Amino acid sequence: MTVGSWEAFVLIVRRELVLSFRRPEQLLQPLVFFLIVTTLFPLGLSLQLSLLRDISPGVLWTAALLSSLLSLDALFKSDADDGTLEQLSLSGQSLTLIVVAKTCAHWLVSGAALVVVSPIVATALGIPVAAFATMMLSLALGTVTLSWLGAIGAGLTIGLRRGNVLLSLIVLPLATPLLIFGAAATERAISGSSAVGAMYFLASVCVFTCTLAPLAATAALRITLE
Amino acid sequence: MWTWFYKLASPPHVFRVAAAFVPWLLGVAALALGYGLIDGLAIAPLDYQQGDAFRMIYVHVPSAILSLTVYTVMAAASAVALIWRIKVGHAVAAASAPIGASFTLAALVTGSLWGRPMWGTYWAWDPRLTSELILLFLYVGVMSLRSAFEDPARGDRAAALLAVVGVVNVPIVHFSVVWWNSLHQGATVVRLGAPKMPGSMLWPLLAMWLGFMLFYGAVLCMRLQGELLNRERQALWVREAIKS
Amino acid sequence: MSSGFWSMGGYARYVWPCFGFAGVVLGWNLWSARRVVAAARLRARRALEMALAEDASR
Repeated sequence: MTVGSWEAFVLIVRRELVLSFRRPEQLLQPLVFFLIVTTLFPLGLSLQLSLLRDISPGVLWTAALLSSLLSLDALFKSDADDGTLEQLSLSGQSLTLIVVAKTCAHWLVSGAALVVVSPIVATALGIPVAAFATMMLSLALGTVTLSWLGAIGAGLTIGLRRGNVLLSLIVLPLATPLLIFGAAATERAISGSSAVGAMYFLASVCVFTCTLAPLAATAALRITLE
Repeated sequence: MWTWFYKLASPPHVFRVAAAFVPWLLGVAALALGYGLIDGLAIAPLDYQQGDAFRMIYVHVPSAILSLTVYTVMAAASAVALIWRIKVGHAVAAASAPIGASFTLAALVTGSLWGRPMWGTYWAWDPRLTSELILLFLYVGVMSLRSAFEDPARGDRAAALLAVVGVVNVPIVHFSVVWWNSLHQGATVVRLGAPKMPGSMLWPLLAMWLGFMLFYGAVLCMRLQGELLNRERQALWVREAIKS
Repeated sequence: MSSGFWSMGGYARYVWPCFGFAGVVLGWNLWSARRVVAAARLRARRALEMALAEDASR
């Protein structure tokens, strides 16, 4: 029975989502980490809420970046461990399609969840509600880009000893523009000025990454699977 | 006519060529660096704004240019190795990485020492400095990734892919002073149009640039010999080569 | 003139460490490259000896 490309895509996304929700604790861990890290900053710096607002964009984005890194390791790991990844690569479907499907599913349960939880964290940091829309949009664009950078990194580091440390070492330098412009966009939104420039930059980086990263991630998987 | 080009894919040939080039490259590099240092430190006139401090340009700019050039060479060699499966490409990339990382560190440190008297600070989070720092992280990432694999061939391929992915940072470093408001000054030499520097200051800079380039070539050829020996340890040509 | 050279118009404590560090980097490159080649030759020689010993014992 041959399966068309779109059906294969939907099947893989559904499979990933079903598997993810079978272990809800796994889904919650990065989100809880996000909340914990965000609270560490005000506790460590013991600032008034009004002063906290000054550093809140950076804190929010750094925490989002770090908690995204936690979930990236799982992108290919369990499938690589039990041989499913090899079976998928031999299935006759395009490996790029498989990678796109897995990354989309991964973003839905990690990045999208982060965006949804962000208003809670933002309130804890003293970010005004008026800035929420820009903040969430910037986080959405940033986490999509991050999922793709993570797909490349995860593809390269599957099965390595201390692979998650290496994964962070690979992904974080490439993710710094996201941090800079995401925090800048949120900062502008908080202070009331136009965040359009930073948002355009984030969007262009996102589009650039979504276009080329699937190729790189597929190549990374081929290297690992050989 | 193109046989010299195709032969570059052959490890024993490249080994011999590299070994032969080293003394020449080092010799001319020494001449260029010697002239550049003497002219730059003692003879070139004072800058009207910066005084003698501007002389730090003679090590800072060549280091910075080389840090980008070496990454580009590393990425190009990696791409060649990945696309056409030419193992010499992996050897060139592996040999270049530590050299490029050291030049990046040199650019950052010399720039920092220059920044203190000029801008009043050893460091600033401006686009040029930040992206150059990221370049250093990318070099370290490539080297770490290569050494993390037990199978060296797979490590080479993974590091090659990362090198190619990271090359997007090279134009960012170069154009950062154009695209953003940067503390760092704009391009003076590597730009379209005439250089913005008087000849008496420019010549020693060009000489230092050339000297650094040739020095990179020499050290690359040295490391390349080591990389090729390691990768081809079982091959017959290695037995002949180490007997000499 | 010579005192002016060493004092670099007052910037000596930046200029000389700057050139010094650059020199250290160049020197490290040469030293490290030499070590890498020597180690590679040594490993290749050992591999050759082991291979010859294997052939001889067969």
